[in-house]
Amino acid sequence: MTYLKKSPWIIHYDASSCNGCDIEVLAALTPLYDVERFGIVNTGNPKHADIFLVTGSVNEQNRQVLINTYEQIPDPKVVVAIGICATSGGIFRECYNVMGGIDKVIPVDVYVTGCAARPESIIDGVVQGLGILESKRLAMAEKRAGSRAKAGDAV
Amino acid sequence: MIDEPWSSILSAAVYILLAPVIGGLVAGIDRKVTARMQGRVGPPVIQPFYDVGKLFEKENPVVTTTQNFYVLSYLVFMVVAGALFFSGGDMLLVIFAFTLSHIFLVLGAYASYSPYSHIGAERELIQIIAYEPMIIFTAVGMYMVTHSFNVSAIVSSGIPIIMFLPGVFIGYLIVLTIKLRKSPFDLSTSHHAHQEIVKGVTTDFAGPNLGKIEIAHWYEYVFLLGVVYLFFGFNPLIAVAAIIVAYFLEILIDNTTSRVKWQLTLRSAWLVAGTLGIVNLGVLYYLRMVVAP
Repeated sequence: MTYLKKSPWIIHYDASSCNGCDIEVLAALTPLYDVERFGIVNTGNPKHADIFLVTGSVNEQNRQVLINTYEQIPDPKVVVAIGICATSGGIFRECYNVMGGIDKVIPVDVYVTGCAARPESIIDGVVQGLGILESKRLAMAEKRAGSRAKAGDAV
Repeated sequence: MIDEPWSSILSAAVYILLAPVIGGLVAGIDRKVTARMQGRVGPPVIQPFYDVGKLFEKENPVVTTTQNFYVLSYLVFMVVAGALFFSGGDMLLVIFAFTLSHIFLVLGAYASYSPYSHIGAERELIQIIAYEPMIIFTAVGMYMVTHSFNVSAIVSSGIPIIMFLPGVFIGYLIVLTIKLRKSPFDLSTSHHAHQEIVKGVTTDFAGPNLGKIEIAHWYEYVFLLGVVYLFFGFNPLIAVAAIIVAYFLEILIDNTTSRVKWQLTLRSAWLVAGTLGIVNLGVLYYLRMVVAP
């Protein structure tokens, strides 16, 4: 039985974004789009989250914060990079202080483009992330069952 | 008719099995009604069950292993409190077990190293201090009316307790807002003010541990609404209607008020207990002892 797809809780982090994409992320929670219909809740706590939404091009200042937040999310988890800055660095790509994309720092599962990304495409990205989340859960369950079987053999 | 010890064991067992189902549905209806009040469609009514099912599918990252013990104790003592209540046990013992379970939650939050968790634990303690007098007055008021602390005797007395304790009932509804973690008194979990203190007491609980806390909340909901039932125990239909109206009022208050500081929470809860509670009990005492002994 899978409940993970029916209750994805998100955490949202602004890694030096201009705030444009962040406003669009929050717009998805308003009555117009109402993502709580799908059980999506915006938590402020990485330890409660399943999906990590990141905006911005990441710089030296928030690189470690991004890594810490990512590592605090319990498995299975999915990272969605939102906006062109998060996917590739966008127009800031050549800047000396910019990493140029979230995937230079943490593994990314879904890329949502746009400047700013539209709420519809953000929701679409999260929905695509749900499929990946489910496959990660299955992989985790298999691994767990595998290690249990191995322990059984040893006995 | 089933004999006395067996019937109370049976009702305790029914509570243990059914309370999570009812509590989860209440939580789901709460979210749905809240969403409608905000002009949203809202999640399905069984969303809380999906949430808890999901939490048990997740990894269980534990900060300190004592956390596991505290969370389990929170759940167990919440179940014990409710089971004692529904088996018709002693109200004072029920309140004792109920408070103890919350102390375990506070200890669990203090066991971690997160400052947000500590702030949440402190606020949870303040909330316990705030609502406890009114809960005790509720039990004392019921004793003054029915001459028994036993829930079974209070229910079977057939006395319309609400007529004798209107002040205590209103006071109970006000502390119910604190207990149900609703705005304006939602201090410790920061349920609505999302990132303010991250998640307060539950900050460092994740996965299955958070799931256990949610299930304990469901048991708590059913127990708290069961106390509302006691006020109207003379007529089950009116009692169920009162529970529905009371819960709807809680949702309305939740959606129309902004959060207050802990000082005001403590002050208003004690003011309510001091005025509505004590005045009600005082009048009752006067009528019983002086006017019609």
